[in-house]
Amino acid sequence: MAITGLILIGFLLIHMYGNLKAFSGADAYNHYAEWLKTEVLYPLIPKGQFIWIFRAFMLAAIVLHIGAAWHLTKRAHAARSTKYVAKKTIQQTYESRMMRWGGVILAALLVFHLAQFTVQAIHFGFKPGAGAYEMVVAEFQMFPMVLLYAVWVGVVCIHIRHGFWSAFATLGANTSAKAREVLNALAWVVAVLLFVGFMAMPVAVLAGVIK
Amino acid sequence: MNVTLRIWRQANASAKGQMVTYQVQDVSKDMSFLEMLDMLNEQLSVSGEEPVAFDHDCREGICGMCGVVINGLAHGGAQTTTCQLHMRHFEDGAVIDIEPWRAGSFPVIKDLVVDRTAFDRIIQAGGFISSNTGSAPDAHAAPVGKLQADRAFDAATCIGCGACVAACPNGSAMLFTSAKITHLAMLPQGQPERYLRVKSMVAQHDEEGFGGCTNIGECAAVCPKQIPLDVISQLNRDLIASLFKKDGK
Ligand code: SF4
Ligand code: FES
Repeated sequence: MAITGLILIGFLLIHMYGNLKAFSGADAYNHYAEWLKTEVLYPLIPKGQFIWIFRAFMLAAIVLHIGAAWHLTKRAHAARSTKYVAKKTIQQTYESRMMRWGGVILAALLVFHLAQFTVQAIHFGFKPGAGAYEMVVAEFQMFPMVLLYAVWVGVVCIHIRHGFWSAFATLGANTSAKAREVLNALAWVVAVLLFVGFMAMPVAVLAGVIK
Repeated sequence: MNVTLRIWRQANASAKGQMVTYQVQDVSKDMSFLEMLDMLNEQLSVSGEEPVAFDHDCREGICGMCGVVINGLAHGGAQTTTCQLHMRHFEDGAVIDIEPWRAGSFPVIKDLVVDRTAFDRIIQAGGFISSNTGSAPDAHAAPVGKLQADRAFDAATCIGCGACVAACPNGSAMLFTSAKITHLAMLPQGQPERYLRVKSMVAQHDEEGFGGCTNIGECAAVCPKQIPLDVISQLNRDLIASLFKKDGK
């Protein structure tokens, strides 16, 4: 759970950084997208092959992450087979309570995201086969799409706010009250950074800064 | 003061339980929570009803027998044991819900009494050190650093009450298990069996049907002995290390 989670967070950080390329214009963005699909690690790996290795790797991380979550959820339900009549909590955060349902929501919206931008099976405002830049500009000129995207990224970041600190605690980094504070603060930094970073481009498109 | 109690009554392990309401009058603010329950039971005995079964022993916060969930929080959420919780903690006229620990691995025996022998089996799986008996070794024969000694001592104060399990949304007993792991991992006497211990105790924990830890922190917030959450990271460290290290090497 912890290791796959951190891999996915690492991926999101790179993905967010890549999205910001849209601010350097259509050519830079398209070139970057093209490079990702065909030329990463070329000539070490033949053209267009790395992306598939990478996709397989990401898919494996996601499947293992969901598998571990499923297993933990099942164990938790079995361990509390009879519910409390009255139950209060002292410590738990909203983020930690949202891990399971938030995970389900974000996974469903991830499918929607991939169906649009990777497979292009669903397309709003752009034609299949459109270039990366054209695609995102057409998409995010629509306010409802930006809103939906904001909700999704928000759910992802809430998940990461607990997930980031929790992953490090599971790996043994929660060694003192101080460490706990630092890890939780870092989790906030990563979550906010990802939210701002991912929302910058769609908002800029909507505002007409990127067109 | 007068209080209204809503107590979980369950005749035996297989019976279906339910909350039953009782009134207790003229409770002194200086009474402990258990003394207030004693008052109720006297009242019930006089009127020929079955007294409420609840666990208790030392009544001074050191045995860990007396845990119940009070108003939705283990031991009433005051980071003390139920026997050390006093009625001044409550308002006059308060309505107080009292339930047993709810965990698949802590089946209810009767009313508020649960079977916590799952904890004993976790300890039996590795929460000990092996030593050849003989005459007592000299004091200070095995020096222990001050920091390690303090940490070991703090972790060793766990009384096995089970509040951590009761409070955890996952029904995990990681705080309890980790307290014992940390206690022994800090001391020279705990080293010879350190890595085997963590493996077998975690295996027994899972075998008993406790849930997995997702670092929520609800356990440490109710622990009457203030066992800190970081003991769980100590267990995780030892568990990861046990993949690469063997005892005695
Ligand atoms: S860790 Fe705390 S709450 Fe859990 S059994 Fe020990 S004393 Fe009780
Ligand atoms: S009765 Fe012993 S700790 Fe409460």
